[in-house]
Amino acid sequence: MSTLLIRNGRLLDPASRVDRVADLLVVGGRIRAIGTDLPAPEGAAVIDATGKVVAPGFIDVHVHLRVPGQEYKEDMRTGTAAAVRGGFVGVVCMPNTRPVVDSAPLVSYLVDLAAREGLCRVWPTGAITKGSKGEELAEIGEMYEAGACAITDDGRPVDRAETMRQAMIYASQFDLPVMDHCEDKSLSGSGCMHEGRVSSALGLKGIPSASEEVHVARNILLALETGARVHIQHLSSRRSVDLVRWGKALGARVTAEATPHHFTLTDQAVADMAYSTNTKMNPPLREEADRQAILEGIADGTIDVIATDHAPHHIDEKDVEYPLAAFGITGLETAVGLALDRLVRPGVISLEQLILLMSTRPAQLIRRTPPALTEGAEADITILDLDRTWTVRAEEMASKSKNSPFIGWTLTGAPHATVVGGRLRMLEMKVIAE
Amino acid sequence: MAGLARKDILGLQEMTVEEIDLILDTAEALKDLATRPIKKVPTLRGKAIVTLFYENSTRTARSFELAAKYLGADVINVSAATSSVQKGETLKDTARNLEAMGIDAVVVRHSMGGAPHLLARALRASVINAGDGLHEHPTQGLLDMLTIRQRKGGFKGLKVAIVGDSYHSRVARSNIYGLSKYGAEIWLAGPSTLLARGFEAYGVRTTTRVEEALEGADVVNVLRLQLERQEKGLFPTVAEYHKFWGVTEARLRLAKPDALLMHPGPMNRGVEISTAVADGAQSVITEQVTNGVAVRMALLYLLLGGGEPA
Repeated sequence: MSTLLIRNGRLLDPASRVDRVADLLVVGGRIRAIGTDLPAPEGAAVIDATGKVVAPGFIDVHVHLRVPGQEYKEDMRTGTAAAVRGGFVGVVCMPNTRPVVDSAPLVSYLVDLAAREGLCRVWPTGAITKGSKGEELAEIGEMYEAGACAITDDGRPVDRAETMRQAMIYASQFDLPVMDHCEDKSLSGSGCMHEGRVSSALGLKGIPSASEEVHVARNILLALETGARVHIQHLSSRRSVDLVRWGKALGARVTAEATPHHFTLTDQAVADMAYSTNTKMNPPLREEADRQAILEGIADGTIDVIATDHAPHHIDEKDVEYPLAAFGITGLETAVGLALDRLVRPGVISLEQLILLMSTRPAQLIRRTPPALTEGAEADITILDLDRTWTVRAEEMASKSKNSPFIGWTLTGAPHATVVGGRLRMLEMKVIAE
Repeated sequence: MAGLARKDILGLQEMTVEEIDLILDTAEALKDLATRPIKKVPTLRGKAIVTLFYENSTRTARSFELAAKYLGADVINVSAATSSVQKGETLKDTARNLEAMGIDAVVVRHSMGGAPHLLARALRASVINAGDGLHEHPTQGLLDMLTIRQRKGGFKGLKVAIVGDSYHSRVARSNIYGLSKYGAEIWLAGPSTLLARGFEAYGVRTTTRVEEALEGADVVNVLRLQLERQEKGLFPTVAEYHKFWGVTEARLRLAKPDALLMHPGPMNRGVEISTAVADGAQSVITEQVTNGVAVRMALLYLLLGGGEPA
C-alpha cells in the first residue's frame, strides 16, 4: 500500500477538535501518525502543504453519475474524476438513471462498478418507488442490504402524500434517510425558470417558489408524524428555508441541502447571460431575497450540507431553445471554489463551518463514519488552497459535460489535493488516475 | 442615412431611443413606397432573406415578405410544418443550412422566448425577431409606435392602456419596453390571472378594472385573447371575460375623445373587442397593418442596405 506524507499543513477538523500545523502520515490507507517533523518513510510520496488547509475529505450527497444508461453524459470514470478534481473523496449518486436504480442488483452493479472504475468513494441511492413512478414502493430493504445509503426519486417528486408517508414509515426501520426533490408539478407546469420579474421580462414560463414549498411543508409534516429522517434536496427559496427552520424547531428529523449555484446566482443570470441554457436548472435560480435566505440558512445551521446536484448533460441537450433545454448544470469541479470564494472569504461562514457542511455532516446524513483527521482514521482527505486564484475553464474539466454557468469565472480558493483511502487522486487540480 | 450599429433586432428592451427614432424616421420615409403604382425599388437587390416561421402567422409573415420584395430582395418562406424540423432537425441546424445557402437575414417567429437570441449567436446573418414566445414582438411594437407617433406627434405623457392578456403577450412587452423609454404612462388592465407582472421598474401600472385604465387614455391597445387560456383555467368563460374586460363603446367613452383604438390582430370580435369599436371612427387597426410593412422595410434597409439611397 502507498505511503503518503502531507507536510506542514494546517490540519483542521472541527468535529475532532483538531486545528494545528503538523505533518500527517498516511500508511496503508489510514492515518498512521500526526506530528511535527515526521520523517518520510522510504518511497513515500510527499505533499508540501505549507500554507494550505488539510481537512477531512469532502463528500457530495447529490451527484448524477448518469450510470447506468446515459454514459454519453457522464460515466463512472469521468464522474468520479470530476469529483476528485473538485476535492471530493466521495459522492452519493442519484438513481434516476436508465433504468432507474430501484432494485438490489442495480445497487450492487453500481457498488461493483465504482470499485473497478471509480476514483473516489461512491454511495448509491435507491429509488423510493418502482421506476420512480411514485406509485409502488421499491424494494427498499433489499437495496439497503446491497449498499444503498438513502432512497430518493430525485428528478421527480413523489406526488402522492400517502406514498411518501408509507415510504418514510418503511425506510425508518432501516434508518435510511428519505431524500426528496420537492416540487408540485401542477404548480411548476411547463415553467423553465423562476416565476418573477425576470421571467416576465424574458417571456419565459415561470416556476413559482410555491411549487417547491408546498412539498417541503408536506414532507416536514410527514416527518413529524412518522419520525422518519427526511432530507430536503437542493432547496432554493426563502420560505423553504423558513419551513426547514420551523420543522427543526418542532423536532422533525429534517435535514436540508443547498447548492453552490443557488447561493451564488439569481434568476437575473438568465437575462444577463442572454438565455444561456447553462442557467437552467430545477429548482430554478430564484431571487436575491431567496439567495440571501439560503446564505442565512447556511450560516445558522438550518441548512445542513452543501451539495452540488452535479447534473451533466450533453451539449446537444443544452444547445437548443431555452424551454427545450435539459434542466441541470455540472457542479463537482466548481463547488469548493465557489464555497471558498462566496461563503468563506466574505465571512458568511468560517472555514470550520464549511468543513462541517461539506465533510462531516454529509457523512452523517448517509449514516457513514465522517472522515476525520485522527490517527487510525481512514485517510480521506481534502487539502484546500485558500489563496489560489483560478479561472474555471471548460477544457480543463474532467467531467464529460461542460454545462456550467461558471465557465470563465475567476475564483479565489481551490481544492489543492484529494486523498481517497490513502491514495492521492488529485494534486493542483490535476486528476491522478493511477 | 446611417444604418443601425447592430446585427440583429431581438427586442425593444435593448434598443436606445436614438435607434428607435432612426427606425421610425426611416419607416416614415419608406412608407409611401407601398402606395406607389410601381412599388419595387432596387435597394436590396441581390440580398436574400428567409422568413422562418415556427408558429402560424399570416399578417407578420406576409408583411415581412412584401417589405423585402418592395425593396428588391429575394425572399423565401420556411414554415416549421414543411421543414426539416418535422424530421427532428434543430433550430440551429436549420438556420445554419439556410445560411450555407447564402442568406443575408433571417426573420424568425418561434413559440419559445429567446429562440432568436440562440440564432443570433449562431449566425453571421442578421436575425430579426418576428415574435418569440411570451417575450417580444419588436416589429409590432415599432409599428404601434409609428402609428401613435403619426397621430399624436410623440409619446411623452401619453396614457396608453393595454387591455387584456398581457401575461402571455409579446406585443404588450414590446409596447412596454418601447413606449416607456419615451415617458409614456402605461397601464395594463385585465383579469388578475392574465396580467403581466414585474414591470413596475418601467413605471407600468396594473389594474383589474378596465375602466380605471381607460379613463382619460390617449391610446387603447386591445390584446388578442387566446381562447385556449379558458381551457387552462385562467378565466372562466368568454362571456364573463367580455362582460368585465371587453372593450365596448361605453367603455371606450371613458378614454379621451380622440383616443386611438389599436389591436395587433387577429381580433375575436365580441370577446376582447366589440365590432362597433373595432370598426369605429377611433380605430387605427388597418393603419397599423400598413405601418407594419413600412417598419419592416425600414429594418431590412437599415440592417442590410443602410449605405445606399432608398
